[in-house]
Amino acid sequence: MARTEKVKYLIIGNSSGGIGAVEAIRGVDKAGMIAIIADEPYPVYSRPLISEYLAEGRPLERMLFRPAGFYENNNIQTHLGRKVKHLDIGEHVAELEDGERITWKKLLLATGGLPVIPEIKGTNLNGVFTFTTLDDAKAIDRFLSRLPERAVEAVVIGGGLIGVSVTEALVRRGARVRVVEMKERILNTILDEEASALEEETLRQAGVEVLTGRTVVEISGEHPVKGVLLDDGSRTPCNLVVIAIGVVPRTGLVSGTGIKVNRGIIVDRHMVTSSPDVYACGDVAEAYDFAYGENRLTPVWPNACIGGRTAGFNMAGIPTEYPGGTAMNSMRYFGLDAVSAGVVTPPDDSYEVLSRKYDYIYRKVVLKDGLVVGMVFVGDIEKSGIVFGLMKDKINADGFKQELVADDFGLASLPEEIWRPGLEIPPSGLASSVPLEQAEEMVMGE
Amino acid sequence: MNRVFVKEEACIGCHLCEVYCQVEHSQTKDLIKAFKRESPRPLPRLWVEGGKPVSFAVQCRHCAEPSCVFACLTGALQRDPESGIISVDEERCTGCWTCILACPFGAIKRDTEQRRIVKCDLCPGEDVPACVTACPNEALIYAEV
Repeated sequence: MARTEKVKYLIIGNSSGGIGAVEAIRGVDKAGMIAIIADEPYPVYSRPLISEYLAEGRPLERMLFRPAGFYENNNIQTHLGRKVKHLDIGEHVAELEDGERITWKKLLLATGGLPVIPEIKGTNLNGVFTFTTLDDAKAIDRFLSRLPERAVEAVVIGGGLIGVSVTEALVRRGARVRVVEMKERILNTILDEEASALEEETLRQAGVEVLTGRTVVEISGEHPVKGVLLDDGSRTPCNLVVIAIGVVPRTGLVSGTGIKVNRGIIVDRHMVTSSPDVYACGDVAEAYDFAYGENRLTPVWPNACIGGRTAGFNMAGIPTEYPGGTAMNSMRYFGLDAVSAGVVTPPDDSYEVLSRKYDYIYRKVVLKDGLVVGMVFVGDIEKSGIVFGLMKDKINADGFKQELVADDFGLASLPEEIWRPGLEIPPSGLASSVPLEQAEEMVMGE
Repeated sequence: MNRVFVKEEACIGCHLCEVYCQVEHSQTKDLIKAFKRESPRPLPRLWVEGGKPVSFAVQCRHCAEPSCVFACLTGALQRDPESGIISVDEERCTGCWTCILACPFGAIKRDTEQRRIVKCDLCPGEDVPACVTACPNEALIYAEV
């Protein structure tokens, strides 16, 4: 008979969301047993750093998101390198592939996303990769090390964040890279036209060939890959292909459980799914987006962390509301700094756009009804967080909106009532954060 | 735990806080060498904003629920549970600037030379942070909260 483990908190997924949750739980419940299951065998590492691994062989020790000893010090049971086969939501049981059963009181699904593989010929060829995990980066690294120096001709399918990240890493490894993007411009979901053009120009200056408005219809070769066929009939020879056309929420575990899924697992403002003891966060979840005012996928690291933290407090019995997240990204490809968040290209003319551009400096703020709902900053990005804060806190910016894109923009550009409370000694000491205040009321343990 | 607070009415916009912050975070702790000789060049971790008539210094607020820590992609930014100080592990910071987008005070700066962030660390080892000591008009206050 297979072993059965009993835990109070079960977390499936060992990345930003899962760790955000366990840190919140341990902040208020030191004793309740926590177990983390993840199919990757590694302690939590920074996924975004896989490009540094590929580019310059950054060792795993320097990619760790938390110091060695994190799990032991926080009394967390780990099941790394293991997969959940089946979830029984009614019985509160997770069954692992090796037959072990884990029962839980509260479950967090922080399973992340899976790369999309297009339905074209040749995606299974030797030399064709995806780029979302450390193992992906290791596989590309091993493949590169068997090819002669300076002989790598790579095609990257998809010009989004993952595609451009792997492009930069490959260029740093001496590869010649072509990016094939289906839409008219790269980074089209997170940047507007102006900023995409600056990024594209930067890529070209780094020797990258950017093909937009094109798709790959076939990957050819036998062992290994020899080239790709584009939709205009042209062939591009290559000896390495990276597929980076997108990531979809990894919702497989909940299919058939009755838990509601739209594009991702739907959660409320407490990160609870349609089943009361089951929570979800991060790339797998469809949670509140404050820029759009509705549930959306916002698959970025910070939102996973904050969503996980919110879930963790709630799982531990501390009612905490998710402030909401929105798409937010910082890029630094080939030395060009750019950040963006929220609605970067207004869908209709009910939005107001303010922008300012010269050389490689670009600032743009999108407003609706006086509220900031989107932003793009390129080059000079150091005050971008102030604008992001206005957006997050839904502060009406009508009276000072022109300042937001000015060269000398800063806190002092805002009305006094906004900056003063944050900088001066508060009249009655510093207010505690919401979860900590409520923690005192919480009934601990069982 | 003590924090640095701003008294805007008293700030004369002289930028001395920046100068002494930079010196404090230099290797030589010598004004001339810190500005003219050192490489990598030390950077100030706070800056005076505004001009006339309003000016004040802005530095990390060491928030209780720090957006920058939650946004950090590498785990370099951490909040010490005892002191509440937000610190950056310079070895682990890769200069992705995600925290800069997350900070509502604009209190994090790029060190592009060393490809990592710099921010106020409240001058570890000093009784009073250098900016507070240097302020000629007591526009910066180091006080318990």
